[in-house]
Amino acid sequence: MTQTPWNPTSPGADPGSSFAELLRQSGLEPPVPQGDVSETFDVVHGTTCVAVRYADGVVIAGDRRATSGNLISHRSIEKVFPADRHSAVAIAGAAGPAVEMVKLFQLQLEHYEKVEGTSLSLEGKANQLSQMLRNNLPMAMQGLAVVPIFAGYDLAAEQGRLFQYDVTGGRYEELDYTATGSGSLHAGTVAKIHFRDNMTRDQAVDLVIESLFQAADADSATGLPDLIRGLYPVVATISADGFDRLENDELETRVRTLIDRYTTVGGRDGGNSLSAEGGPQ
Amino acid sequence: MSQPFYVAPEQVMKDRADYARKGIARGRSLIGSTYDGGIVICAENTSNTLRKVSEIYDRIGFAGVGKYNEFDQLRIAGVRHADLKGFNYSRADVDARSLANQYANMLGQVFTHEMKPMEVEILVAEIGLTEPERDQLFHILYDGSVTDHTTYVVLGGDADALRERMADWAPNKSLSDTLKLLVAALAGDDRTLVADDLEVAVLERGEERRTFKRIEGDDLTALL
Repeated sequence: MTQTPWNPTSPGADPGSSFAELLRQSGLEPPVPQGDVSETFDVVHGTTCVAVRYADGVVIAGDRRATSGNLISHRSIEKVFPADRHSAVAIAGAAGPAVEMVKLFQLQLEHYEKVEGTSLSLEGKANQLSQMLRNNLPMAMQGLAVVPIFAGYDLAAEQGRLFQYDVTGGRYEELDYTATGSGSLHAGTVAKIHFRDNMTRDQAVDLVIESLFQAADADSATGLPDLIRGLYPVVATISADGFDRLENDELETRVRTLIDRYTTVGGRDGGNSLSAEGGPQ
Repeated sequence: MSQPFYVAPEQVMKDRADYARKGIARGRSLIGSTYDGGIVICAENTSNTLRKVSEIYDRIGFAGVGKYNEFDQLRIAGVRHADLKGFNYSRADVDARSLANQYANMLGQVFTHEMKPMEVEILVAEIGLTEPERDQLFHILYDGSVTDHTTYVVLGGDADALRERMADWAPNKSLSDTLKLLVAALAGDDRTLVADDLEVAVLERGEERRTFKRIEGDDLTALL
């Protein structure tokens, strides 16, 4: 095809269905910083996200806090994003590059779908995110690491699937639950202990809320639900019907129920221990 | 040194235009039209996989008639242009008018400078997110000439005959009524077209960010 100013590709270097390649050829790729950014500035960090599988798909959730050093820099940041109709990505790590990566990832999936006329498989989407992380490795070396979770409903296998990543782009499929970020140890442990096969949507949603609550209880960089400002974790379910973000009203009810249970069932130390009858099941 | 024969520029352009028109006339026509909920594009296309109508961006659809590989290249160039623009600025800044201008430049450039003109006619359609009066249909010809419409537009070799059959067209009809009219116009007097012979897509005003939807199979049969 003839080259025109708005079609920056020559036939020899067709970017195909890759939006990232198109950006590269258009010279719009962000430059890699020289030197360790985190040594010079306090980089804003997003913290804890968790995802669990349930009977109809997956539930994915993230707290609302972003920290820079020992300051809370945002109370209402969102770390869970729909990637397309049947998948979502949750991010932990340097907030700037992470949000940019999500934006690029969403566009990549949409771009592929439009150019090719068909969606990528869930495996293909997970792999795309892996490649984007690998490309981000030079940034991670400069203190701008991003560690996401990818969760989606596999239309071919008819079940929810979860993927965990590391900064090098390593992709690890998890069967039941996964967590990322500074509070991931605590959130993951709660999810691990209370996970049951074939949970209902309600059970799974309560489990992720409790996981984040316990993570916030033990990790200073993870935010508790903020009843004063009406800020609750971002929670979304992904099933055959697609991505569905929970309304604030439902979250408030569930958070209040959880707090009531902690303050009545467990007595004085209710906030520190999960008694047998207090679990989400 | 050999001297090429002199050919008047008028003759060159006329030959090229005739060539492009002949190529376009070989394919089947399509019609884009507004209806009460947005824009519907209806093409005669027996293939379920090789598309004539497709999505460019949130509120923008694309349709082409003529040579498949040529309008498909234009489609992909349009998707790239729109996605890059949306990434650089904002999704709201991607509009059909600028896209239509780019297509016009591209087709005009090819028409005057290349060995052979592109044997295509394309439609770039955009709906207003809330205001129906901002629905727009841009019709771009093989030589880069553009016309814009707010009612309906017919693409393809048989356009004049089809336009005559569109006499009953009226604005703000339901999707089903509009579609029946378009299909009757495409079919003519001595044929009937069923869902399998058609490719139909709408840009539908509503809650969703991406407004482009294909209507296929039973859904389409129900509307007809």
